[in-house]
Amino acid sequence: MTDRTLMSADDIRRASVRIAHEIVEETRGAGNLVLVGIQTRGVPLAQRIAAAISNFESVPVPVGSLDISLHRDDLARRGVRPRLHRSELSASVTDMSVVLVDDVLYTGRTIRAALDALNDYGRPRRILLAVLVDRGHRELPIRADFVGKNIPTRAEEQVHVLLTETDGRDEVLVHLQEKI
Amino acid sequence: MNAQAGKALLIRGARLIDPARGIDAVQDLLFVDGRVATAGAAQPDQIIDGSGLVVAPGLVDLHCHLREPGQEYRETIESGLDAAAHGGFTTVCAMPNTDPAMDNRSVVEYVLRAARASARARVLPIGAITAGRAGKQLAEMSELADAGCVAFSDDGSPVADAEIMRRALEYATGLDLPIIDHCEDSSLARDGVMHEGWVSTRLGLKGQPAAAEEAMVARDLQLAELTGGRIHIAHVSTAGSVDLIRAARARGVWVSAEVTPHHLTLTDEAVLYGPGGTTVPAYDTNSRVNPPLRPENDRDACLRGLADGTIDCVATDHAPHATTDKQVEFDDAAPGITGLETALALVLERVHDGSLTLMRAIESLTASPVRALALDRFAPGIGSLAPGSPADAVLFDPDERWTVDPRTFASRGKNSPFAGRELRGRVIATVFNGTISYSAGRLVTAGPSARS
Amino acid sequence: MNGGSGLRPAALHLVETNHSGRSSATDRTPAAPASPPAPEGRRGAGVEAARWQHRHVLDLDDFGRDEIMHVLETADAMREVLARDVPRVPALRGTTVATLFYEASTRTRASFELAGKVLGADVINVSSSGSSVEKGESLVDTVRTLQALGVNVVVIRHKSSGAPYLAAAHTTAAVINGGDGWHAHPTQALLDLYTMRSHLGEIRGRKVTIVGDIAHSRVARSDIWGLTTLGAEVVLCAPPTLLPAGLGRRVSSEQEEVSLPGVTIEPQIERALKGADVVMTLRLQRERQQAGLLPSLREYSRRYEITSERVALAAPHALVMHPGPMNEGVEIAADVAVSAQSHIEEQVTNGVAVRMALLYLMSRESGA
Repeated sequence: MTDRTLMSADDIRRASVRIAHEIVEETRGAGNLVLVGIQTRGVPLAQRIAAAISNFESVPVPVGSLDISLHRDDLARRGVRPRLHRSELSASVTDMSVVLVDDVLYTGRTIRAALDALNDYGRPRRILLAVLVDRGHRELPIRADFVGKNIPTRAEEQVHVLLTETDGRDEVLVHLQEKI
Repeated sequence: MNAQAGKALLIRGARLIDPARGIDAVQDLLFVDGRVATAGAAQPDQIIDGSGLVVAPGLVDLHCHLREPGQEYRETIESGLDAAAHGGFTTVCAMPNTDPAMDNRSVVEYVLRAARASARARVLPIGAITAGRAGKQLAEMSELADAGCVAFSDDGSPVADAEIMRRALEYATGLDLPIIDHCEDSSLARDGVMHEGWVSTRLGLKGQPAAAEEAMVARDLQLAELTGGRIHIAHVSTAGSVDLIRAARARGVWVSAEVTPHHLTLTDEAVLYGPGGTTVPAYDTNSRVNPPLRPENDRDACLRGLADGTIDCVATDHAPHATTDKQVEFDDAAPGITGLETALALVLERVHDGSLTLMRAIESLTASPVRALALDRFAPGIGSLAPGSPADAVLFDPDERWTVDPRTFASRGKNSPFAGRELRGRVIATVFNGTISYSAGRLVTAGPSARS
Repeated sequence: MNGGSGLRPAALHLVETNHSGRSSATDRTPAAPASPPAPEGRRGAGVEAARWQHRHVLDLDDFGRDEIMHVLETADAMREVLARDVPRVPALRGTTVATLFYEASTRTRASFELAGKVLGADVINVSSSGSSVEKGESLVDTVRTLQALGVNVVVIRHKSSGAPYLAAAHTTAAVINGGDGWHAHPTQALLDLYTMRSHLGEIRGRKVTIVGDIAHSRVARSDIWGLTTLGAEVVLCAPPTLLPAGLGRRVSSEQEEVSLPGVTIEPQIERALKGADVVMTLRLQRERQQAGLLPSLREYSRRYEITSERVALAAPHALVMHPGPMNEGVEIAADVAVSAQSHIEEQVTNGVAVRMALLYLMSRESGA
């Protein structure tokens, strides 16, 4: 088992701040902006980015969370039911610019499910995607608008994002499970 | 066919247990012309090697539902007597709750004819107490007696009206025949599908309390005392009933009683856990029976009652049912257990665990039932192997282990709560009227082969 | 254990198993640093393989504490789905749910039907009128037919206790008990627990008093299992003829009564209600009086009706609950019913959420 660090805590911090600036630049200010974190680690990331934006724009940015388990396309096949979390989206999304936030973009299926789920809440004017890591291997035509770091990976590798809020520290690791 | 005339069958070297004569010894048993002969009286045409086995008088069942006429989908006389032979029984008393009921001569004659045709066992019919078993009016008991009935019962139903029961006892006394009652107070037992207790609560099923049986046992004993009549209590199941019978007998009431093998073995938990002993409630309909299976202390009291003679004998209450009767919601399931083919082994279990002696166990299935209903008036010598008695015997291995598989039963009724259970004690052969009516296929014989 | 009937150790064993809880897993917390994070491709640490081991949901007697909490927490998420602008998710798309109701019930059946539809399942309703069920097709045949039709989940309500167990034995579909005879109504109990939890928080240590026809109540039975598993103190209050055999009611001089841990019988209603956190009263059916179990409904009301004076004996924050429909003036006074009413409406939504949670947790690919 070998783990390689791809992003340190500082790398993560800088990337988050940069993403925050890029979002504001793209949406021409933080009015009409809602950040929606995808459970689980997308949520603290969204909160950090929102805090950064509020900081330099002096405007509060609403943050919601979305559990996309019920919209997954592989539920029937799995046999195991993912544990559900309550989605929290008290801010209206209709006519807003919604930025979906997730830790890793991989096949794109999670984002597809998130787009589907978001539909249940209203009709955003536009939806953008921000991810900390894009590791390639897309199976659907989905791309991120804001990326912390592009990391080409092999399919056998696993990318782990650790965040203080969920795991006690900030780090991005790539992990190769040796075949037994 | 039955070629008993001139035939001599020898069972050699088995342990002969004949409770009627108090015999328990290894000795040869010779049948000639359908009767027990003294040893050496004739040259045997056929010899069965009985070494290592026990031979006893053919078992006698006081309580059997043959279902024919009217419910042949559950059992026919032929399949029922085949089952009897498989179980070591050579005489069964057929209950009258057929359709039409055995409340008139022609049904009795029908049954006796079918029994003779099958030639597997003797049938002694029990006539109905009331016309149609409806409990309102006495049946023509004298005619039934002439046709061959050996006792009267409305079994399946109690005789609810005390006055009718009183008159039945009086009338039957004139015929010198016993009344057999299925003791169940209809109002206390109403809609109850199992014993009323913790298990019925757990399962959300309406139960009937032990008092439903005891109240009627008490009533019948009082009426027997009042009339001087002869009462036989069918399928006793509660400790209270055993006590009532014991006390009544001590007072001189003319009472006899029977208990079923399942009431000596199972408790009401069988409904909850089923034969497989699951943790999820089983709602085992094969454990639904009337009277219901009771808790441990009742079962143990019945066992003690059998051991000390308060309960005279064991009777199977063989009640075959079709799958459609049982594979339904518990509330709708027909009550009853198919019992002929497991009876002996279940009674032997009580010998193995020390609750009964082997002598008493065999007595409870042979001499005692005969005595209880005075059956040797109808077939002299049955239940015994004294010389001159009918050539009816069961040959069994008291230690052989086998697993109950109802699919292999000769009975059409596969409704046994003992499915999958390992029992110890197996019938190897049954002889009826000098001919082998059942063989487990492992008989060691010499001479012309018997029909098996 | 105690002496007497050998039944009791078995009965108690079941309950004690629930008490000790079956798995050692803790409540859901963010994954501790020590545990390796779940590999990507599945959804991070939020996805733990649901520890769901019930092929069927027939009663709460075999649910451990963790499992009950798992259902309630899943129901929380489902509650939120119901609050969305578009309360529809595709999670159970391709799954077919059949409601097989041999007893009429608009409320429970509609609740299951909606639960299935919100999750995107196809729902077919088989009721006992106008179907082969009425023509005398056996339960086993009906269940087999449904299986042949590709039904994945069967929700069954039946007047005979044990019917869902019979159904479960004859199908590979998942079976949910929507109420069988006097025996069990697990989804109602789960919804009661959900409601209690949403008002009271922790259920452990709470005093829950159930008043009424306990002997004939499947809701009471399932609630008793669920509440004792979660560590509540249950007090049962009823006239002796309405207490179940063997539990609060002797059935023979030799048989001792069973005692369930966490459950006490209190015949005096004032003592039963004192300090209770939840007062649940059960519907009293007229048939009970006709069956000779009670002299009159009036006498029952005098001693057991939940009036505002009696409610005042309970804790100030006490929740008054009723599984519905209510007989005002019999088991519950009209003014109390109105206050209970507010919970009843909430309970209807909770009911859909709880049933959604079960359908979600139980459904599998057809024939799997």
